[in-house]
Amino acid sequence: MNTMGLLVFDGLLLFSIVGLAWASLATTDVRRGVILFMAFGLLLAVAWGRLLAPDVALAEAAIGAGLSGALLLAAVHRQPRPLSPGATHDSLYRSAAAVSMVVRWVVTLLSAALAGTLAWGLLHAFSSTPQDMLPRAIAENLAASGVSNPVTAVLLNFRAYDTLLELAVLLTSVLGIFSLGPATPGYQPAGPIFDGLVRWLVPVLILMAGYLLWVGAHAPGGAFQAGATLAAAGVVLRLAGRARIGLPEGFALRIVMTAGVSVFLLVGLTLLLLGRPFLGYPPAWAGALILLIETAAMLSIAATLLLAFLGGQPESTGVKAAANRQREEISRC
Amino acid sequence: MINILSSILILAGVFFYLAGSIGLLRLPDLYSRLHALTKADNLGLGLLMAGLALHSQDLFTMLKLLLIWLAVLAASATSAHLIARQARRQETGS
Repeated sequence: MNTMGLLVFDGLLLFSIVGLAWASLATTDVRRGVILFMAFGLLLAVAWGRLLAPDVALAEAAIGAGLSGALLLAAVHRQPRPLSPGATHDSLYRSAAAVSMVVRWVVTLLSAALAGTLAWGLLHAFSSTPQDMLPRAIAENLAASGVSNPVTAVLLNFRAYDTLLELAVLLTSVLGIFSLGPATPGYQPAGPIFDGLVRWLVPVLILMAGYLLWVGAHAPGGAFQAGATLAAAGVVLRLAGRARIGLPEGFALRIVMTAGVSVFLLVGLTLLLLGRPFLGYPPAWAGALILLIETAAMLSIAATLLLAFLGGQPESTGVKAAANRQREEISRC
Repeated sequence: MINILSSILILAGVFFYLAGSIGLLRLPDLYSRLHALTKADNLGLGLLMAGLALHSQDLFTMLKLLLIWLAVLAASATSAHLIARQARRQETGS
């Protein structure tokens, strides 16, 4: 009875996920597509939970559904109004539509080929190697990793390289965001009810981020989930029309942005100087070093996600913006 | 006994969710739809959480469930208020 019920639940979940994905792609209303995408992300998080992967479920719920949704909605809000339907009847548009139809079919075929190749590779990998090789290797070395959560052990110790490069990717994206120029102006100050929610929600979110960071050593959690939660606090503050959303200013912001990569590199290089392999922590220090790196990574991730939501340089950091303001003031005099 | 009680609570919660969903799909305008939806969030989730809390028989889990309910209450009440206010503003055209 119980397994039967779960089977029905899984079937419904799977059906809803595919249905939501389809609906979110098929709709012509961008805003509706984004909202369907957020619902899709939430159900995907439930699916990860059903697969007994709470770490991924937390990350999916926080980043995939929550923050990506906020980013996409902000992007929809900013894009110019679509052309009126009357403007679409010229021949140029029709030939463009024909081309896009061809492109769409080519892309569909290529995607199908890619999916087939991936499925074949996965099947091959599953059938040729014993299933429990990797989990066993992790379990055997977990004691020396400095943490007892196997996911954190892989992310921050066994495969720390990958995480370092992920943080470098985030840093690169911040550079891209900064090149977009000044951020959009903030929103109107919120009314008393929303402001009342923000007043207690933000401290709770900050507390939760700290908890997720700390608990990552022995249970699901870690820098990415904590960073996303911290960024969510900033997003809520911004939506409530607050002028200060928790981002430091000027030079301090640059330090926070680069903290993840630089602390990671510093630890790695120091270990190299001490005659150990790059990022090969001594077991006695591993726990503390991982916590240090994760704290820095959390701050960088939170700043990156929040800057992505702002969509540009916050006014106070841009040297150019400051110069512009000065020029304006001079010309006004 | 506790099992029966928790089942009744969970079923009652599911009933409110069902009623809320039907209301969301069938009711004519935004305000009455919001009204139906908040019933599902507030009462439905509350009953569901109460049923699950009885089922868990663990004080820490119960407190966590209570906290989830309170957080959802605050969030859903605020978002319903924001949606309704925005709709009202568009109606009056101010």
